Formats: sequence, C-alpha cells, structure tokens
Amino acid sequence: MAADNSTTAMQTDSRDWADRWRHINKILDRRGPFCDNSFREGYENTLLPQCKVLVIGAGGLGCEILKNLALSGFKDIHVIDMDTIDVSNLNRQFLFRPSDVGRPKAIVAAEFVKNRVAGVVVTPYHGKIQDKDDDYYKQFQIVICGLDSVEARRWMNATIVNLSQELGEAIPIIDGGTEGFKGQARVIIPTVTSCYECSLDMLNKPTTFPICTIANTPRLPEHCIEWAYVLEWPKVFKNEKLDTDDPKHIQWVFEAALERARQFKIAGITYSLTQGVVKNIIPAIASTNAIIAAACCNEAFKIATTSAPYLDNYMMYTGNEGVYTYTFQHQKKPDCPVCGENSVNVDVNKNWTVEEFIEWLKEKPDAQLKKPSLMTADNKKIYLQAPPILERSTRPNLEKKLSSLIEDGDTIIVTDSTLPFSLQLVVSLI
Amino acid sequence: MLKIWSIKKDNAQAEKKKPKVSAAQIRVQKDLTELELPSTMEMSFPDESDLLNFNLSIEPDEGFYKGGVFRFTFNINNNYPHEPPKVRGIQKIYHPNIDLDGNVCLNILREDWKPVLNLNSVIVGLQYLFLEPNAEDPLHKDAAEDLRTNRKSFEYNVKQSMRGRDVKGNYYDNVMAKN
Ligand SMILES: [Zn+2]
Repeated sequence: MAADNSTTAMQTDSRDWADRWRHINKILDRRGPFCDNSFREGYENTLLPQCKVLVIGAGGLGCEILKNLALSGFKDIHVIDMDTIDVSNLNRQFLFRPSDVGRPKAIVAAEFVKNRVAGVVVTPYHGKIQDKDDDYYKQFQIVICGLDSVEARRWMNATIVNLSQELGEAIPIIDGGTEGFKGQARVIIPTVTSCYECSLDMLNKPTTFPICTIANTPRLPEHCIEWAYVLEWPKVFKNEKLDTDDPKHIQWVFEAALERARQFKIAGITYSLTQGVVKNIIPAIASTNAIIAAACCNEAFKIATTSAPYLDNYMMYTGNEGVYTYTFQHQKKPDCPVCGENSVNVDVNKNWTVEEFIEWLKEKPDAQLKKPSLMTADNKKIYLQAPPILERSTRPNLEKKLSSLIEDGDTIIVTDSTLPFSLQLVVSLI
Repeated sequence: MLKIWSIKKDNAQAEKKKPKVSAAQIRVQKDLTELELPSTMEMSFPDESDLLNFNLSIEPDEGFYKGGVFRFTFNINNNYPHEPPKVRGIQKIYHPNIDLDGNVCLNILREDWKPVLNLNSVIVGLQYLFLEPNAEDPLHKDAAEDLRTNRKSFEYNVKQSMRGRDVKGNYYDNVMAKN
C-alpha cells in the first residue's frame, strides 16, 4: 500500500515506515498471469483494507495465523477462543509470555498483535463459538479455523454453510489442522466445494484401545490411564462426570493410573501424558503449525486479493516419512447433511392431516419414499415409523392437521430407508 | 469482490430462514426410524423429547441367557457419528464381556467404530454378545475363565446369577423376565 494512503496513526507510529509493505505490493501493484479477471491493481483496490476476517482458535495454529494475517496486510482481524493460557502452551504459542499464564488466549493474542503490528485492529472474544449468532458471523468475509476439535469444526462448518445459503453469498472457510508431523489445509466455499461434514468419514480416528485390554492386559502407560478414567472414575465417582479441564480430576486419574502401572510394572506415566490421553491431545509440533498456518493465510490472502487462484480444495502435508504434500479436489457429497442439495420447497394444503400429507409424499414420484418419518427442524416429532414406542406415541398425530403442528415456512426433516440421508421440506401452507 | 461466489438460487428459498438442525440430530432420526428391532428387544425413552438418550432391553430367546431381560442405556452426543454411542449395562450380570459396572466389551463401541456404522450395528452387536458370549475378550475375568474351561459350569452359574443368586461370592441382579 502506498505510504500516502496510511492513516494518521500509522504515519506517526515508529513501527511504520515507507516501503513497509513492499513485499505484498510486488504482487498487488501489477496484474500477473494468474490474476482473476476481477483483479484490480493496488492494495486499496483489493479487499485487504476492509476485509473482516475471523480466526477461530488462538492456540498453536491461531497464534501463527494471527501473526501471518497481520503481516500480510489484513487490518480488521477478529479472534475467538475459550481457553486460558497454560504453562505448557508457551513452548509454541509464541504470542504468550510466562506472565500471561491464566489469562484468556484470545485477549492476550489480540493485544500482542495489535502492539506489535502497527495499523492492525484485532478484536478478541473470550468464549465459545456457540455464544455467537448468525448476525455476528455474517459480518465476516473470510473465516479461518485453527481448531483441534472435530465437534467445534462441525459446528462452525454447519453454521457458516447455512449462513452462506441464507445470504446467497458464500463466506469462504479456510480450515487448518495438524497432528504431530502431519497436517492439512483446505478451502471450503460453501455450496460450491465439499464441506467439512462431507469429509467426516475420512478423518483419522483418535486412538482407542479395546476395553478388555485396558481392563485385563495393560501393556502401555496409555492403557493404565484409560483404565483410570474410563473404568475407575465412574466406579468411584458414580454420577460426577470427569471434567478434563479440572486439574484435580486429572491429578486423580494420574495417581490411579500410576498405582495401576506399578502393579503391572509399566513405566512412563506422567501428569502431562495423563492430560494428553484424557483430552486426546496429539503432541503439537511448532513447525507443522507454522507450515499449515502459512498455507491457510496464503489462501486467505489470495481470496481477498484475487491475485492468484486459491487452493482447490484440499492440501495434505505429511512430514513423518520424509516430506510429502498432495493436493486434491475433495468431492462434495450429494447427500451431505450440511451442504447437500436436499432442501425442497413444497406447497401443502393447510387442511391436510399428517396422514394425508404422508400419503401425498409417498405418491410424489420424484421423492420415492416408502416409510417416511417426519420431525420438525427444531426437533419436534410429527410422525416416526420406528422404533415401536415412538411410532405409538406419534400415531395420534396422523389424524391431526399438519397446520396444527407446524407453521407456514417451517422445515420438516424427512428420513426414509430409501433416502441416503434426509430430505428437508420447506413447507408453505396454502 | 467476493460476489463471484454468489449462490444461484430461487428467491422463494432465499427468503425462508433455514433453522439450524445439527447433522448429529438428523443422523439419529435416520438411525432410529430405520431400526428393525427384533421381537426380543424393546426401546424406551426416559424423556421422549430427547432422542439422544434411551434405554434398550434385550430378552434373548436362545442361548445361555434365555429367560432374562437385560437393560442398557444409550447415550449419544452431538459429535455422533464421529463418536460412537455410549452404551452401558444397568444391571449387575454374570457375563464374560460385561463387567460388574456395566461396561461392555464390544469392538464397534470403541476401537472399531466408524461413522458408516449405525445404531442398528450396535444393537446387533449387543444381541450377539448374549447369543455367543466370547471368552477371548474378557471384561469379567471369572466368567470368561468359567466359559473357557467348563461350559456346563458356566451355564449353571449364568442361570444362578440371573435369578439374583450368589456366584463365587458375588451377588447378581435378578434379571428374570416376569411372566
Ligand atoms: Zn458437505
């Protein structure tokens, strides 16, 4: 960006200087062979100055992502993280110092980047992604996920894909993940490319051991730890659920595992291994985080500037046997419950009973339904074919008018053995 | 700038606000409504508005455990089917693959779970445990040893335990079906 375009604050800031952005201006000041048609020369003409980018997670990947975005010309960065800083994070989460231990990651990371990189605004939120609603998420043009949990990713993916469908405009998601020396980066353009849910089947499963092994023939320290928290904890504490974030609980598991390991003459139980097994933490390697975060941020930069084609759509990085990367186009699942084209608008006579409605569904030649079960999107049962107990309790609904159970515009989730997944009917009562 | 990804759709659909329905919820609806429960099994819901938590009872019609009714709780979380359902026996029973706390040793409930499996697979697996208890994957060591070394004695002990009697110093729950 040209110096005369900087804000007053930036001109007076000793951390700003002429030519500070020369590295990105080389790419942005003239059209190159790979630029998109919509590309216009100059930093100001890209999305970078106004683009609101949301970073989910301020941990190992998140620290890298925040730093990279700030150093690539993004100005308006938001970050969400629910965790507080633990001593064990300091070896790789370089935005944090020993004095920050116990403070919220999002807040400390935002402060650090703001103080270090002139002209960048980082807005933190210390809390859960589920605390925020669609109005919050729709202000962003790009979402980057640096998460370590499948559940959080599924929620984020579903939220952004649904929102994109509603807005009629896709909010790209860039998802990074690492496991030891391995990692992946992918670009999800909602409804255009495959989404996170589409690829659920190909995820690595967390390592679990057969329960009979941990009960009878432990050989590894991990077996003893699993014995302590899977079998012993519920026996001793009955109804109290193990809280994996409570150090007292982890300490209890650690001591129980240690005692068990002593009986079986197994070495290697430590507090941190206990924490790792219970929380299913795969050791994070700083450099893998750096590689994956860099790949994610380059994609964000290309998407925001259209200066080069973005990743289409999945990059795997394998560093545990030499170095291997592989890029491929992960295919969209037509029956994906999140992005699949399984939503249909139907006009329904408002005088129909549920039974008449079901008969009509079965006769619809394009649907091919045999025994449809119906629930509303907010989880109210209309009629279920099985199991028998639910069939019996929903049977009285068959005689009721559909309009007494749903409102105009409501969505009905239909499942049927003839459907690969489900069908969502958006019902207009006429 | 990002308009290049504007999604083509008809306006009628764009106006409708799509409610959030979790993929786990839909999947549970699909799994439950396509269950083919044999006559030896029954399901019940402590709270019918919550499909993620239910009980299953199995009344085997053959094998060592014929005549008993065995109850399990199923607990499904929002990460289903990435994570398997949690299944636990409610009664204290004498079974090589189920311990006194109700933990069940069934490979597809843990190490061999895959998202393509479903509730039906789990239920079939559970049923199989009662028809063919397996001495090779012991969770209740005494029972497994008993089955391996002396099937007659095992059969006798199973019958005793099912009536709520003592087997080798342990009292079991009476699980006999009430006729
Ligand atoms: Zn999808």
